[in-house]
Amino acid sequence: MKAGILMNADTCSCEKNRIDTGKIDSIVEAHERTQASLIPVLQEIQAEYGYLPEAAMDVVGRSLNLSVTQIFAVVTFYKQFRLTPQGEHLIKVCHGTACHVAGAEGLSVALRQDLGVGDGETTGDRKFTLESVACLGCCSLAPVIMVSDDTHGRLTPDKAKKVVAKYGGDQAEGPRQEGEG
Amino acid sequence: MDDTPRIIVGLGSCGMAAGAKDVLAAIEGELVAQGVDARVEKTGCVGLCYREVIVDIVTSAGKVTYGDVTAKMVPRLISEHVIEGRPVDEWTVLTEDGGPEQPFLERQYRIVLRNCGRIDPENIDDYLAVGGYQAIDKALKTMTPEAVIEEMKSSGLRGRGGAGFPTGLKWEFTRKAAGDKKYIICNADEGDPGAFMDRSVLESDPHSVIEGMLIAGFAIGAEEAYIYCRAEYPLAIKRLNIALDAARESGYLGRDIRGSGFNFEIKIKEGAGAFVCGEETALMASIEGKRGMPRLKPPFPATSGLWAKPTCINNVETFANVSWILQNGGDKYAAMGTEGSKGTKVFALTGKIARSGLAEVPMGMSLKEVVFDVGGGIKGGGRFKGVQIGGPTGGCLPASIIDTEVDYDSLTKIGATMGSGGMVVLDQSTCMVDLARFFLSFAQLESCGKCVPCRVGTKRMLEILDRITEGRAAEDELDTLKTLAEDIKSASLCGLGQTAPNPVLSTLRYFEEEYLAHIRDGHCAAGVCSNLTKVVISQKFCRQCAVCIRHCPVQAISGARHELTDIDQTQCIQCRICVATCPWDAIFVVSPRTAELVEPEREVVEEK
Repeated sequence: MKAGILMNADTCSCEKNRIDTGKIDSIVEAHERTQASLIPVLQEIQAEYGYLPEAAMDVVGRSLNLSVTQIFAVVTFYKQFRLTPQGEHLIKVCHGTACHVAGAEGLSVALRQDLGVGDGETTGDRKFTLESVACLGCCSLAPVIMVSDDTHGRLTPDKAKKVVAKYGGDQAEGPRQEGEG
Repeated sequence: MDDTPRIIVGLGSCGMAAGAKDVLAAIEGELVAQGVDARVEKTGCVGLCYREVIVDIVTSAGKVTYGDVTAKMVPRLISEHVIEGRPVDEWTVLTEDGGPEQPFLERQYRIVLRNCGRIDPENIDDYLAVGGYQAIDKALKTMTPEAVIEEMKSSGLRGRGGAGFPTGLKWEFTRKAAGDKKYIICNADEGDPGAFMDRSVLESDPHSVIEGMLIAGFAIGAEEAYIYCRAEYPLAIKRLNIALDAARESGYLGRDIRGSGFNFEIKIKEGAGAFVCGEETALMASIEGKRGMPRLKPPFPATSGLWAKPTCINNVETFANVSWILQNGGDKYAAMGTEGSKGTKVFALTGKIARSGLAEVPMGMSLKEVVFDVGGGIKGGGRFKGVQIGGPTGGCLPASIIDTEVDYDSLTKIGATMGSGGMVVLDQSTCMVDLARFFLSFAQLESCGKCVPCRVGTKRMLEILDRITEGRAAEDELDTLKTLAEDIKSASLCGLGQTAPNPVLSTLRYFEEEYLAHIRDGHCAAGVCSNLTKVVISQKFCRQCAVCIRHCPVQAISGARHELTDIDQTQCIQCRICVATCPWDAIFVVSPRTAELVEPEREVVEEK
């Protein structure tokens, strides 16, 4: 099955599946060619593309001398790796203990409703991907969400929606935390 | 020292989440605008997370710490304090000889957190100025590796990651293990929800961890080390990288360190989101580029660890203690604490506690002192119900045993664990069955699937807990739950499975009546279990403003502005958004579902 998809990626002419493997080559070349490099290499590829394109797996396998099966075993074990493209902004709703006790579920419900997507899904305009995570370590400010790399704390369902709305505009960088606290 | 005023902003993750970057920008802008000569400095987290953003202003008259600082407050702080020399008392949280938050610090003894919030974590000179890297210098110049290990043994330090194995012994085993190549690993995969002391130390004082690892490397005879840090901590990783580069430039990492002939190098490995990788054998599998699954012990990492070489693996907090012990002596460390647990422990105080943050206290302090004296008691006047300690696989302890002293052995005895030191304080709004279900679902989700008791057993336990919280369980299922819990504890392969049933066992032990109320009466006293509750609008208190109608995600509320409103129970998904957003506190949660709303005695608000 995987081989079919890989061939697809090589031969498919549609824009979506065509990726620039040059970047992958340069990422792989910066690492030692051992299995220990697998996770860092995958992390860097995901940082570059926002997900792990199937074709990348083939390049990595050849470079590190690993089978695609071995790579998929690792990719599917760790929650960080995704096989589908993510939105421009990744929203992580913290469901750690302190956030759970402080009403994290309410934030998730509100954001699911607001964005019209379920957990782990991406909005139609590819702006946002919504996720639940275990703990962001900002327990004193519970409940907390992280949008891209910015943490926002002391939220209510309404405030969470407002925070996310600010990332929906066209500004390149996320705005700061007006209206919180 | 010159007399130029210094303005120091706390830039830990907590501070940044509370808006510290805005405050920093406002300070820099205001200094230019008002034409003031002052140095703006950055520091990490002092532990007063509940008062973030924290700003220190240091003048020739001394240091004043301000809390809850916003950008709007900056002009006044600059003009009154920095220019006119009059501190703004109403915003002050700490001064050199007191301040309203002094009780939080008074009972603490800071070893691990000694530099947190006091130095710039991105500047190695700050660390050197407070005596940093003197312990490794001392070890390299005046001590043998054996003497270092003896010092660690005499300190009585036990691993702060949770299991509590004596650190000196672990070092000795690794040193004596046969092997040409040995490794040091710092476990910074702080996955426990509710624990953030490792994050804070890495963000606020990364060099102390690096120095601890250097000393361990020297003592054990290892030249290569890894820090395995979870990817959810981007700021910690960034500051570690800065610190490693600076240490390399200053000759504290690399070849022939300080002319001693000792070589040592540290690499960072980012985790990829798997809680089980906090378990040492799983962590090592992950560094090797494999699925992070644990294996049976023995062999222990000390004899066969990373790539089957002898490996010493310690937690962040453990390493942060090391240089202090070497500088001050193991005896001084061992003078604090109890018979079996020496020194101090950092706790992450969260939940319904007035002062949530990081507190480092001597071992042996009672839970009561930690929660009430240091933590300031319950937030918002709630009733203290209990404390959940030791992370997701720790235990829930009731108010009745709050006098228990905090050490490894006493906590184990009462059915909890020290874990990494997360302490979640609970009040009457927490349902213990729901909490046990929450922790178990976490463990179940994070089970790697390798061994059957953990993979299947936790799933079966979770199903029973689901039925209880939904009011569909039979009473004898509690026995099944207990049996399963004991079996999973004794038969699981690694620490995750062996401790996963703890939250259920401890809540069953101390809060069984809550389980019975759910099963027998369909009653959730905290009003949390949504299948046993309904949300109703009190017509007495409702002012017909229609805010709830606008916020309801499923249009379950009928009516309109200036009209009677009502919730259609068949449509309501119990999200409670209406309860949170009602400006009149007129929407109530009622349990059991069959009960009528009993409105509280209070005045009806006519206008707001």
